[in-house]
Amino acid sequence: MAEPLSPEAADAYDPNPPESELEAHLPTKRMVVNLGPSHPAMHGTVRMKVELEGETIIRADPEIGFLHRGFQKSCENVTWTQCLPYTDRLNYVSALMNNFGFLSAVEKLIGIDIPERAKYIRVIGSELHRIADHLTCVGAIGLELGGFSAFLYGIEARELIVDRITELTGARLTTSFGRVGGLERDLPEGWVAKVLKTLDKVETLASEVDALLTRNRIFVDRMKGTGVITALDAMDFGFTGPCLRACGINYDVRKAHPYWVYDQLNFDVPIGENGDNFDRYLMRIEEIKQSHRIVRQALQQIPEGPVILNDWRIALPPKSEVYGTIEGVMAHFKLIMEGIHVPAGELYHSTEAANGELGWYLVSDGGGRPYKVHVRPPGFAILSGIARMVEGRMLADLIPTFDTINMIGGEVEQ
Amino acid sequence: MSEFAFDHTAERFPDAFVERYRDRAGGDWAVVNPVALLAVASHLKNDPHLEFRLFLSMDAVDRLLLPDNNPRYEVVYFLHSFKLNESVRMKCRVGELDPQLPSLTPIFQGANWFERFVWDFYGIRFIGHPDLRRILMYEEFQGHPLRKDYPLRGRQPLIPERPIEDIFRGPGTNSML
Repeated sequence: MAEPLSPEAADAYDPNPPESELEAHLPTKRMVVNLGPSHPAMHGTVRMKVELEGETIIRADPEIGFLHRGFQKSCENVTWTQCLPYTDRLNYVSALMNNFGFLSAVEKLIGIDIPERAKYIRVIGSELHRIADHLTCVGAIGLELGGFSAFLYGIEARELIVDRITELTGARLTTSFGRVGGLERDLPEGWVAKVLKTLDKVETLASEVDALLTRNRIFVDRMKGTGVITALDAMDFGFTGPCLRACGINYDVRKAHPYWVYDQLNFDVPIGENGDNFDRYLMRIEEIKQSHRIVRQALQQIPEGPVILNDWRIALPPKSEVYGTIEGVMAHFKLIMEGIHVPAGELYHSTEAANGELGWYLVSDGGGRPYKVHVRPPGFAILSGIARMVEGRMLADLIPTFDTINMIGGEVEQ
Repeated sequence: MSEFAFDHTAERFPDAFVERYRDRAGGDWAVVNPVALLAVASHLKNDPHLEFRLFLSMDAVDRLLLPDNNPRYEVVYFLHSFKLNESVRMKCRVGELDPQLPSLTPIFQGANWFERFVWDFYGIRFIGHPDLRRILMYEEFQGHPLRKDYPLRGRQPLIPERPIEDIFRGPGTNSML
């Protein structure tokens, strides 16, 4: 037990003594630093106000809203189908999952089931985009920790998937694919064979990324034990997806409440244990492999048949009917001008997007337009917990933490 | 779907629920008395038979244009239990004058940002919230944009906007093109 210090000695006391007596004493004082709104290591436009004591973060306060576009207000003023382009812009890295998630919720609110082939195509599109989303995230982690080549391999693989998505939907990022009741068009000719080839190439590139990063000493040192959150805190904040599973909690909407045809496909859900950056990274690497499995199985099992319901109150009639019959013209006109009459009611429905549970709370007043479209973007809840993950840690740990939670401005800021 | 959770809660707090019903998709709803909101949330989270620990989401609805619009606002909550593998759907009704509710932040930290969102967009105050600031809109913004009486084109630019004719079409304007 040390003796109590004299008053003079107490004044001169330095809480962080230099390691060697030759080291110069560096007095520090608390300062507030703005990271962003457009810091190069910030995904999109977000401002992080951090209070620093030396290099230690005392308080972090993320300020969001720079990308707010009035998603809900816009949706309330257009027809149900016209909401679709707005949902692209939520998570612009994996737009198909937003499209299909929203459509599923609307279909459930109407109370219809879509054709089997459409369900398979939705699974294939979603899983392709899940691979693309995870590759972008993993590549960006490498990039921001100084490993540029991992990023290039990741983006090369993502670009191949984006090309397949372009062939399927006609757009690289803003897909607006799918309609209430199914899909507006079937798979293009020769697409399945191309996807299989693409998957082989993507698998090779993804394993390059894995080989470059997972056992890389510098990378592991920066990722392991940083940005830790306990399972209890993660649930409290509403973490879902890879960030929750990295804490050791087995929750995946695809398994917990299977939708479309996920119950007929064989795949595993990776679970972590430490809840740190490294585990969140590993979850994504493993999920890429599992998504490969799902796409391959789905391409094998996919049945022939229609891709959209033949119900003219919900889906547009075929063009030959629109140009050839009066009923076709009427149905087309009413669907375009008034929109789908979704019966009055409300529901909460969720699907598993790349970053976690994408939930929709929809309210309909029986008209052709939504009365309320609430979206539960997975990133919003996760970002709200970032202060807990970085406070008391080093400033440099903020960058990998911000990467692994994979905040997407479009969905967080609606 | 969550009948058991609600029955269990109603046994413990007989006056907590104003109404219970099931939506068309099979989801069970409970309308919670605002006075009992904290007790109900705490019970759902901590009771060993329930363990609704995952704070999924919350939002509000402005019922102004619906036939049954008194009280005007509804605040909805969604929680998930891994133990029961189900979600609960709850709502509180809030009147038009000085709308306020107790804050769930002492029970769920995740409610912090969601309550800021509801305050920002609907103007519902949460009593006991540690830091009730706007979250997506800027501090200088007047009004609450998701209220049904806030105009779709009610722009409040901090810097005057240049008149660009092209953007003044579509929903909320006279021209519906």
